[in-house]
Amino acid sequence: MNFNLSDDIQFLKENVRDFVQTEVEAVAHRIEKENQIPERIIEMSKDMGLFGLSIPKQYGWLGIGMIGKCALYEEVGATHNGYTTLIGAHTGIGSVGIVELGTSEQKEKYLPDLASGKKIGAFALTEPSAGSNASNLKTTAVKKGNHYVLNGTKHYITNATEADIFTVMAVTNPHKGAKGITSFIVEKDFPGFHVGAVERKMGLRGSHSAEIILEDCEVPVENVLGEEGQGYVNALKILANGRAGLAARNLGSCQKLLDLSMQYAQEREQFQVPIIEHQAVGHMISEMAVEIEALRSFTYRVACMVDEGKRVIKEAAMLKLYGSEVYNRVADKAVQIHGGMGYISDYPIERFYRDARITRIYEGTSGIQKNIITGQLKKEYS
Amino acid sequence: MNIYVLMKRTFDTEEKIVIEDGRIDEEGAEFIINPYDEYAIEEAIQLRDEHGGEITVVTIGGEDAEKQLRTALAMGADKSVLINVEDDVEESDQFTTVKILEAFFEDKEYDMILAGNVAIDQASGQIGPRLAESLDIPCVTTITNLEVDGDKAKIERDVEGDVEKIEVSTPVLVTCQQGLNEPRYPSLPGIMKAKKKPLEELELDDLDLDEDDVEPKTKTIDVFLPPEKEAGKILEGEIDDQVNELVGLLRNEAKVI
Repeated sequence: MNFNLSDDIQFLKENVRDFVQTEVEAVAHRIEKENQIPERIIEMSKDMGLFGLSIPKQYGWLGIGMIGKCALYEEVGATHNGYTTLIGAHTGIGSVGIVELGTSEQKEKYLPDLASGKKIGAFALTEPSAGSNASNLKTTAVKKGNHYVLNGTKHYITNATEADIFTVMAVTNPHKGAKGITSFIVEKDFPGFHVGAVERKMGLRGSHSAEIILEDCEVPVENVLGEEGQGYVNALKILANGRAGLAARNLGSCQKLLDLSMQYAQEREQFQVPIIEHQAVGHMISEMAVEIEALRSFTYRVACMVDEGKRVIKEAAMLKLYGSEVYNRVADKAVQIHGGMGYISDYPIERFYRDARITRIYEGTSGIQKNIITGQLKKEYS
Repeated sequence: MNIYVLMKRTFDTEEKIVIEDGRIDEEGAEFIINPYDEYAIEEAIQLRDEHGGEITVVTIGGEDAEKQLRTALAMGADKSVLINVEDDVEESDQFTTVKILEAFFEDKEYDMILAGNVAIDQASGQIGPRLAESLDIPCVTTITNLEVDGDKAKIERDVEGDVEKIEVSTPVLVTCQQGLNEPRYPSLPGIMKAKKKPLEELELDDLDLDEDDVEPKTKTIDVFLPPEKEAGKILEGEIDDQVNELVGLLRNEAKVI
């Protein structure tokens, strides 16, 4: 297993870093204040190709594998997490369903626009009664001629207000439980599709989570994604695929926090010396660095396995769990090192601290990841 | 339209610069495309997209400059040339650079040569005008707007806070100033495509030059950093005394009154 990034990937990574650290960082405070990512930044990100990270080479995009994708996600993570989430949800769970499960017609139709960012993608699984228990969906899909008619409400849908193309899970056979769920590609312009209330959140400002209301929403049969009845399995696959990417973005945020903490601890003086000279601070920084290095190795190991075509259900769950837990511990230490300044909104640390919290909840809570890991271990040891 | 861009790889002046043995220590320095040359590359891309043609980016330097050429190709240039002088030229100045470029352009056909107004490292601002003189073509410096119509170019240039409008025939050499455009970031697909674009490498021999032909006409005597800013002085006591002391300091120490 070789974790060294190729020259090409390294060059791509440097260019993404340059863009993110120059342009996105410059508006991070504004995003926080206005709860909106400036249109200019979104357009520049599209021009750069950041919306096409998941799209395969045959559809004209990068084809850089999971290692390449993680390398770039690291850079996308090293800034305002609202921006990170817009890109992450679009290129992750918002696109990979069609990439992994789509027919060639569906790919031809949707992938070029998803790649260029002309259309934004989102993933709609969660419902008021179906969160961690993803199989308890109430949204129904009834086949009528050439259409399925969808009815129900989804909530906490990331990118809902921006997205054009949704991967939606709905029940096609209520008697079959998890095996009665089917996934659909739903366009926002389909009749009966509405975006509902936008949630106010603790963090991730600039990234909007909203309700989706499906009211006799007509979806053509050719928009069934994968096979009928495979929706639950599909959803788990899409989520599993996204996990390495999510860890890479968390890794980027952690690295940024370490960079900021190192800079601060070397400049800030207390008792006539820079605070890094105080063992209590120095040790916190070294603990951050160790965990970040471990997360980096773990991320690229799983990415490597994905690129080798290996099954990574257990490893991806472990990585998602570890990445989000490390991010929270690192953010906590960064606040402590920065002291009062770490609590002040003019400085980015408290923002990362709030934004870190969701990573233990979305795309499968820490608890759910542990369930998956235990389940896989039980299979291995049976 | 045949467009050439002169590009220089420079160290990033926003990063920390260390001087050792009278030279800038390249070990710790970050290297970038000279920012004014980025305006030139962007303008070339816009011209090419509007009028068709081909952009060749030329640089003089060592192997390390390949990275900046690749970046220019990723932004959208079509071809690049590295005139590698690593083994042949130890000392150089503006004469050296112009002499090499003059030889390079001898057998080339060009409608437009774009360069940065100045390089942020040595800041001589001489290469563009001196090369134009050598090639016997018109030169317009510090341009902020450029429109090409057939064999004419309408140019606006920055002159001490005012704008001068010039009409000039092509071929012409222009040097680009801030405000001309907003250079794009190289796109990720552009970076991948740039790998397949031509990067030609030439040496002095290929241009029928030898070391003596390009020997610099100037000598660098010393290289030093600006003095570090000293801490400010806070005056104390009665206001009248402070004013007297301040006037005394301005007269005797700062010598400004």
